[in-house]
Amino acid sequence: MNQLSTFTVGTYLFGVDVAVVQEVVRLQQRTPVPLAPPEIAGLINLRGQVLTAIDLRARLGLPPAGGALAASGERLNVVVRVDDDPVSLLVDEIGGVVDVSQVPFEQTPSTVDERVRDLLLGAYPLPDRLLLALDARRVLDVGAGTGPVPVPPREPAA
Amino acid sequence: MDAVDEIVAEFLVESHENLDQLDRDLLALEQNPDSRDLLASVFRTIHTIKGTSGFLAFHRLEKLTHVGENLLSRLRDGRIALTEPRSTALLTMVDAIRGLLADIERTGGEGELDHSELIATLSALLEDTPDTGTDIDRSPTPRIGEVLVDSGDTTPEAVELARMEQRLGDDRLLGAILVGHGATTPAAVDGALEAQAGGGHRSVLESSVRVDVDLLDSLMRLVGELVLARNQLVSRLGDAEEPGTDSTKDSSLARSAQRLSLVTSELQEQVMKTRMQPVDAVWSKIPRVVRDLARTCGRQVRLEMEGRETELDRSVLEAIKDPLTHLVRNAVDHGIESPEERIRAGKPAEGVLTLRAYHQAGQVHLEISEDGAGIDPRSIATKALERGLVSPTQLATMTHRDIVNLIFLPGFSTASQVTSVSGRGVGMDVVKTRIEAIGGSVDVTSSVGAGSTFRLTIPLTLAIIPALTIGCAGRRYAVPQVSVLELVRLSGEHARGGIELISGAPVYRLRDMLLPLVRLDEQLGLATDADEPGGFIVVLQAEQQRFGLVVDDVLDTQEIVVKPLGRQLKGIPVYAGATILGDGSVVLILDASTLARRANVLAGTGGVAAAEAGIGTEALEPVLVVEIGSGRRAGIPLEMVTRLEEISRAAVEHVGGREVVQYRGHIMPLVRISTLLGTYGAAPGHGIAEGGIQLVVYTLGERSVGFVVERILDIATERAGTRSDIDDQALVGSVVVGDRVVELLDVRSAVLAADPHFYSGCADDAEALA
Repeated sequence: MNQLSTFTVGTYLFGVDVAVVQEVVRLQQRTPVPLAPPEIAGLINLRGQVLTAIDLRARLGLPPAGGALAASGERLNVVVRVDDDPVSLLVDEIGGVVDVSQVPFEQTPSTVDERVRDLLLGAYPLPDRLLLALDARRVLDVGAGTGPVPVPPREPAA
Repeated sequence: MDAVDEIVAEFLVESHENLDQLDRDLLALEQNPDSRDLLASVFRTIHTIKGTSGFLAFHRLEKLTHVGENLLSRLRDGRIALTEPRSTALLTMVDAIRGLLADIERTGGEGELDHSELIATLSALLEDTPDTGTDIDRSPTPRIGEVLVDSGDTTPEAVELARMEQRLGDDRLLGAILVGHGATTPAAVDGALEAQAGGGHRSVLESSVRVDVDLLDSLMRLVGELVLARNQLVSRLGDAEEPGTDSTKDSSLARSAQRLSLVTSELQEQVMKTRMQPVDAVWSKIPRVVRDLARTCGRQVRLEMEGRETELDRSVLEAIKDPLTHLVRNAVDHGIESPEERIRAGKPAEGVLTLRAYHQAGQVHLEISEDGAGIDPRSIATKALERGLVSPTQLATMTHRDIVNLIFLPGFSTASQVTSVSGRGVGMDVVKTRIEAIGGSVDVTSSVGAGSTFRLTIPLTLAIIPALTIGCAGRRYAVPQVSVLELVRLSGEHARGGIELISGAPVYRLRDMLLPLVRLDEQLGLATDADEPGGFIVVLQAEQQRFGLVVDDVLDTQEIVVKPLGRQLKGIPVYAGATILGDGSVVLILDASTLARRANVLAGTGGVAAAEAGIGTEALEPVLVVEIGSGRRAGIPLEMVTRLEEISRAAVEHVGGREVVQYRGHIMPLVRISTLLGTYGAAPGHGIAEGGIQLVVYTLGERSVGFVVERILDIATERAGTRSDIDDQALVGSVVVGDRVVELLDVRSAVLAADPHFYSGCADDAEALA
């Protein structure tokens, strides 16, 4: 894992292994999935294939995007492919590919929020900022541990 | 190394295909032992396998096929006749070859199976005893030597020499001797053998290629994308047309788009066709199954097949293979009688098993019928009663056809039925489940003494299904058409009045049925105006339960391509998948049975579901809440409610001081709940609504009682722990429904008040309740 594809979510700079990134697409239309966990942003149509989109902000426990980002409705989809199962990750901004072969790999600093830390492999201190290496497999692990779907309450009979 | 593996793989694929053909040919030969075409075809197949196995150094296979080839060449040349022992030996050889091929496929080697006995049998069958003076020159087929000479692959002299050697005791084939002498090449001999057999096959082989299924699937996906792109283009073009734009440029673009659209549709159709296979791909195994089975069971069976060329998607074919085989086994084992029995019944000794396939209304129909003993509804009824699958009351209302179809109920197949043949762990219920799993249905009709017919109705393909698109809370969803029974529009006050109390557990009175309602917005947790019911009821059938799905809008019906959901969403059972509509948007496909279960309708009224839930259901018994006058409310356990009726006041007649009505060909006594429970202060005639009388009908067997109520209010679930005992006649207690007390009617005593003899004839029942 010498090259990381980078993107920002909130104040963080994240990177995932270039090898798992299939493509980056800008899409406006998303079909929400009622009853799904909040991390699921919906379904997207990627050239005839139906993909699950995971909202990285929600996944990392960050507040929803505000301002212009939210207003445009258009989000960047980083399509990652793990176990031949493509999933889209919604990110704020896309960065470049960073070669980290010369950068020392470190444990995630304890200052990083715990929910974020759980999904990381580690960190690379770049000259200007810290690059957090995401564990794509763990990020995609949504829905497995979620509890039973709540049954909507019934109103009492009149 | 890889190249060899590839050759072996190719050899295996080819040989499997050839063996299927061989089975068919050998069986056809039994009917028509003199057909040279068939013999030549069988010979050619074995010859090919022998040749290739020799080349690939599979010596056991080569040895076995060599003996078979010898036998076949004699048969082909007319030197010996095809007798039953010979055809059985050849079929056994085909099985042995299959075994060897399976070993090669699994391990790469030939395994350790011993075929010497089979080889000995085959060798022994080479000669007729006594030999009937064979004259080899009698053969009308051009002889191999002449063919080779004609094609210029060898010389007449070489052939003459080889014949001489044969006469002197060389038992090799002429071609083999020639090759041995270097007088010709193996390829030339192969070609000559093919030419000798009358050829004709080559052109078929040359006009088709083998394609990997994955390739077809990805082709299909690409075409799907093309269709979407086409749709987007067409709709964009439609938008652009409106304002006054450059008209000439637009019209030529429109023409191109139209052409693209046509070609795309055509392409889509053709690509779909590549995935289709004739039903014969599954049927080809059937003759062998029938032959072997008929032999084991001592039956004489003639198999007839109609519509072999009927095409189905390969995924569907795969899914029907086992159920179909089971039904065929069943037909031979249980359907067709032994020859003696048949003759006694005045039928020919040979039974006829017919497989029929045809397309109709976008579906494939498969029929498996035999002219056997048929299914006796009486014995089915007895058995179903014994196993407690139906009650005598239910049975009384069932037609013969319904009764015969009870064989599909789980738990019907019994130990007494299981034989070595059909008892393979697959009961009729499994057949039904499998067929229903792919959106099909199965039905049986039978007439005693004349045979039975099983009918399977299955979709053409699994990947594309007809679906109803609906709107709910501003979003679109798809429901598979197969579970949709009908659509009801809720427009105006009148139709909306059909919903009895929207809150709680709403029901709709659809004709004379009580239809439990499920609100889609509520189920999906979508925010809506809770008081306003949707615009439509989609009546769905799920797991024998009917319910109405309340939605805002019904959009249209279209063929959709089912796409699976990612694993992140697998845990939400309410979705069966997703699809992409023409405008490129993704739409979720709803699963009807999950919706029904989530809404508790299945648990509430369905016998099976309630039984599964066990003790819990006793505490949560659904109750029909009615008003009986003076604002008093009573609850009637829903399981005691057969129907709701509205009758006109004029229909009420008096017999011996009792009120009765004529109802479904019987006289039904009426009982006024208000009188029964002693509601005083009500004016005479009160309890009768404007224009008609509201009745709650309870039916047991052929007897019915009608309870007269003022109004039907609601169906509520009686909450655990809220029941209190009131010591009163005709009441078993009271419960709290919502925030009001509802008296629970003791239906039994209410019934007896109307008809003291109601339960006579059901003595057991009465004792149990007493």
